[in-house]
Amino acid sequence: MDDEGVDKLNLAFAALADPTRRDLVARLSLGDATVNELAAPYGVSLQAISKHLKVLEAAGLVSRRREAQRRPVHLEAETFGLMLDWIQRYQRQAERRFQRLEDVLATMSETEPPSPPGVPTPHRKELP
Amino acid sequence: MTRYDQAHVEADPNVPLIRITRDFNATPAQLRRAHVDPELYARWVGPHDVETVIDHWDARTGGSWRFLNRRGGEEYGFHGSFHEVSDDRIVQTFTFEGWPEGVSLETLRFEDLGDGRTRLHAQSLVDSFEGRDMWLQSDMETGVNEGYAKLDALLADGTI
Repeated sequence: MDDEGVDKLNLAFAALADPTRRDLVARLSLGDATVNELAAPYGVSLQAISKHLKVLEAAGLVSRRREAQRRPVHLEAETFGLMLDWIQRYQRQAERRFQRLEDVLATMSETEPPSPPGVPTPHRKELP
Repeated sequence: MTRYDQAHVEADPNVPLIRITRDFNATPAQLRRAHVDPELYARWVGPHDVETVIDHWDARTGGSWRFLNRRGGEEYGFHGSFHEVSDDRIVQTFTFEGWPEGVSLETLRFEDLGDGRTRLHAQSLVDSFEGRDMWLQSDMETGVNEGYAKLDALLADGTI
């Protein structure tokens, strides 16, 4: 992944660290919506919602089309794809490691001696 | 009941945390031993093209560990502490020496599923988003250049 892709990912993960923004994304996954429509369910100002949308926009997660006055907000699937790719790559690496662990486990018998015990209790000296 | 025959990975959106869940055909004691016995651990932790050499290893509550990864002429060190080693849980810290200020907190839990199977719950909490960015950048399977090789080693070495 190039630096640009990495930066985009970091922004995306950071943008989704906020529960309201995750909520907005969930709503937009059903279809495009205007700022007014998005703000309706929340008892917050349009300004607050606009601020959240700016963060999502900067992270490449949503875009706004200049469509007359409505300017609906649109979810950018590609950026989510990037995030998913990262998780999948991490998953593949973890899975390969676990397959090696499985191979090791397969060579172990159930009767092997137990692993080292915990910290031994210090022997208490009797006071004279 | 859900089975995790393949590693299941979740990235927490609120904190730089990654959770991995996977089932093994082994008892909790065996899975635990594969994590605390240095000889066994060295056999599976690194990728095939990397040799893992244990420097020191004291898998007890309050103990510490260090190992080296060798690939070609390159060597990378990793070290940390065993904060807690009990029957069903291991809590340890993990630092890649190429990036000494970075540290992650690894929590491993062994859940007995009965019938000789055990579910591993592993989570990695990095100390900063910068730390997670390191992971994000370590997507190379093989180190193309030194920088990537280092990042690779960090990830490949089981920061889980």
